Amino acid sequence: MTVKEIAERCGFAVACGGDGLERAVTGVFCCDLLSWAMGRAPADSAWITVMGNVNAVAVAVLADTACLVLAEDAVMDDAGLQKAQAQGVAVLRTALPSFDAGLAVHTALAAEGV
Amino acid sequence: MAQAMTFTYTVPGDDFTRAGEASSSIKKTLKKIGVAPDVIRRVAIAMYEGEINMVIHAHGGQITVEISSDQIDMTLADTGPGIPNIELAMQEGWSTAPDDVRSLGFGAGMGLPNMKKYTDEMTVESTVGVGTTVRMRVYVHQ
Repeated sequence: MTVKEIAERCGFAVACGGDGLERAVTGVFCCDLLSWAMGRAPADSAWITVMGNVNAVAVAVLADTACLVLAEDAVMDDAGLQKAQAQGVAVLRTALPSFDAGLAVHTALAAEGV
Repeated sequence: MAQAMTFTYTVPGDDFTRAGEASSSIKKTLKKIGVAPDVIRRVAIAMYEGEINMVIHAHGGQITVEISSDQIDMTLADTGPGIPNIELAMQEGWSTAPDDVRSLGFGAGMGLPNMKKYTDEMTVESTVGVGTTVRMRVYVHQ
């Protein structure tokens, strides 16, 4: 299932897309501590967080997550969006709390047998 | 790969917006030469943690990366305040990061433990008031 399909299925807005929207998602991970996420976020997962800064984008790139999902209406600052654009990282947004956003992704993936 | 490649990076101190540039650059290089994705991920994570540590604690430093057909060696050297108790610093959750760093999502005390977790070999040499050198090795073929 691609990032774009996750966004459509879960009703997430696309804050930054590009090629990143075509990337396959194989799991979901929720965490706001960047170092914790760095060490534990599975590659190709949809990473749910409220940390909308340039460092979260760097962690997404280096930990190789499929996309960033900003929960709780959290916003990505301009520097973060520019970096996400440059690095091809898709950033999605939702008003849902982190748990519910993660559950929505999990449910969407499970429905597709992922 | 016939010959080893060496890359050197300067990590600017106290600039969180640029932390990760060296790791991103190495990640791209490793991808280009066809290193396995899992190995790339481990190198990128370990090196980024090192960069962040340099930014938070040491006002920056130098990173040297040597890539050969068998292994990737990373040396991170700084002239920061040094680590008084390395054993304590290696424990998950131990952190001396200030509050402003924590508000960015760092400072959870996972830096050095993550670096050890994701590399095959790691040594830390540190002298208080002089600086710290971390050497990490990741084997290309697991």
